[in-house]
Amino acid sequence: MTVLHSAPKFASNEGVIETLSAALGTMVEASKEEHGEVVLTVARDQIENALRLLRDHHEYQQLMEMAGVDYPSRPERFEVVYMLLSVTKNHRLMVKVNAAESTPVPTVTTLWPNAGWLEREVFDMYGVIFAGNPDLRRILTDYGFEGHPFRKDFPLTGHVELRYSEEDQRVVYEPVKLAQDLRQFDFMSPWEGAEYVLPGDEKAEGDKA
Amino acid sequence: MSIQLEQSPTTGDEVITNYTINFGPQHPAAHGVLRMVMELDGEIIERIDPHVGLLHRGTEKLIEHKTYLQALPYFDRLDYCSPLGMEHSYVLAVEKLLNLEVPIRAQYLRVLFAELTRICNHMLNIGSHVMDVGAMTPNLWLFEIREDCLNFFERASGARMHSAWFRPGGVHQDVPLKLLTDIADWLDTRLPELFEDAMSLVVDNRIFKQRNVDIALVSKEDALAWGFSGPMIRGAGIPWDIRKSQPYDVYDRMDFEIPVGTNSDCYDRFMVRVEEVRQSAKIMKQCLAQMPEGPIASSDRKVVPPKRGEMKQSMESLIHHFKLYTEGFHVPAGEVYVATESPKGEFGVYLVSDGSNKPYRCKIRPTAFSHLQAMDFMSKGHMLPDATAILGAIDVVFGECDR
Repeated sequence: MTVLHSAPKFASNEGVIETLSAALGTMVEASKEEHGEVVLTVARDQIENALRLLRDHHEYQQLMEMAGVDYPSRPERFEVVYMLLSVTKNHRLMVKVNAAESTPVPTVTTLWPNAGWLEREVFDMYGVIFAGNPDLRRILTDYGFEGHPFRKDFPLTGHVELRYSEEDQRVVYEPVKLAQDLRQFDFMSPWEGAEYVLPGDEKAEGDKA
Repeated sequence: MSIQLEQSPTTGDEVITNYTINFGPQHPAAHGVLRMVMELDGEIIERIDPHVGLLHRGTEKLIEHKTYLQALPYFDRLDYCSPLGMEHSYVLAVEKLLNLEVPIRAQYLRVLFAELTRICNHMLNIGSHVMDVGAMTPNLWLFEIREDCLNFFERASGARMHSAWFRPGGVHQDVPLKLLTDIADWLDTRLPELFEDAMSLVVDNRIFKQRNVDIALVSKEDALAWGFSGPMIRGAGIPWDIRKSQPYDVYDRMDFEIPVGTNSDCYDRFMVRVEEVRQSAKIMKQCLAQMPEGPIASSDRKVVPPKRGEMKQSMESLIHHFKLYTEGFHVPAGEVYVATESPKGEFGVYLVSDGSNKPYRCKIRPTAFSHLQAMDFMSKGHMLPDATAILGAIDVVFGECDR
């Protein structure tokens, strides 16, 4: 596919997958190159070794970012994505692991000190546990917050709201009360897969059966 | 650790123990809502534990519930000191997934205004850094320049700060010729005058140097390991600039230099920013000289809405307009991580699309997260008043750090 966009152009991806797959061997579970990005999926318990190898022998010096993603339909619902940058090779690489709530991911704070906060954020937002992180506290949510807000099954409105109470002379937390229901507009075209169930539709289904 | 003192003739105290103070969450030098729990030994900082998240608004979650176009204005509100720098990463990420070509004039306009944003951002940072260490006047002069910048934004987009002017496929509206000539005049006259005047007060000032030179030294290895970017990594002597090494839009046609520090202290970070302002002005002049006439947004009507005039004449345009502002455009499934050189460092967007009209996941990489995390090791052993200088040289804005 010819590149038409003007997004940042880093060094060519040619041969990167072959080289890295050969170097990482059985640690790599899957690899792909899509939209100009190289993505490697690595076995969860091997992530620290894999990233150490990439840092020490393949010049990916910087861990720029870690992102959690939630896919509720999968058996291991979370993905943790590590964005690596090589300032010498001028190349970017994404490394992924799959995880569930009950399966801890080994920490990489041993490799990069800035992984500490990045792991705290993924833990805070998704509830992925990082085994070995010495300081796995919540980071962005409120003191005493419950739940993991970026999971797909966490409501956009949250569960509690807070206000200053004149009687108690302090901030109080209460269950969310919405004066009007949160409206999610679905503008998907009715010809393209939106499945609206109108009142009375079940009768038509019943006739068929 | 405790210090054993000689017998004090006045107070009778014999032992000073470490004590903990709260810096913030409402502190004028914290540049927003930052709470730092500091453990002090006298006036020496032993340990800092920054508590962030007081401005967390759940932007990434909100974006998952909006169409791609509706998500754009959230980016202005991340780093409210450099709104167009944030938009730039997002529109490039969407364009990368769509593989959408952007007309050359739109690319020039984006680079022009991204650099204006850089100047605008550095005016705020340089000014407040100087004020944090005790000088008042330069800040007021630099805010004159910032005010000019905001007026230019207003003339281009209609909004002084939250422009929402970059769009996937180009920019929202073309700029009037008078605006471009006014920017050119401003670059030749007002900017250098005011800026160099203000800098002449600061850069060789004895007090300013005493407060900044040799404060918070960071080695090259540490800068890499802690994920530094932008002026922080250049201050450490690594010539890394995404505009140069991974050019986007028309940066590959621009001729500019990357300033780097030699000593890797707060003063170097400050001076890197000062030089970047001059280089940004140079880039803007080149943009103005080279900018061709032409369309300012892609002509792909499945992504970019038609102009109002067309809609009055053409049924097809009307349908396109309606569909784009209700359903929005669909983006092919996939994932990209696009990072640009925002004024504060590497600002990245990790965008996951499931092929629908809304992002499945939009992770924002704030520049301040890695830098603020390094606050602990950068401040260790320094005096309490140095913390404000270190914080000023990080250039932290909490809209972006907390998202």
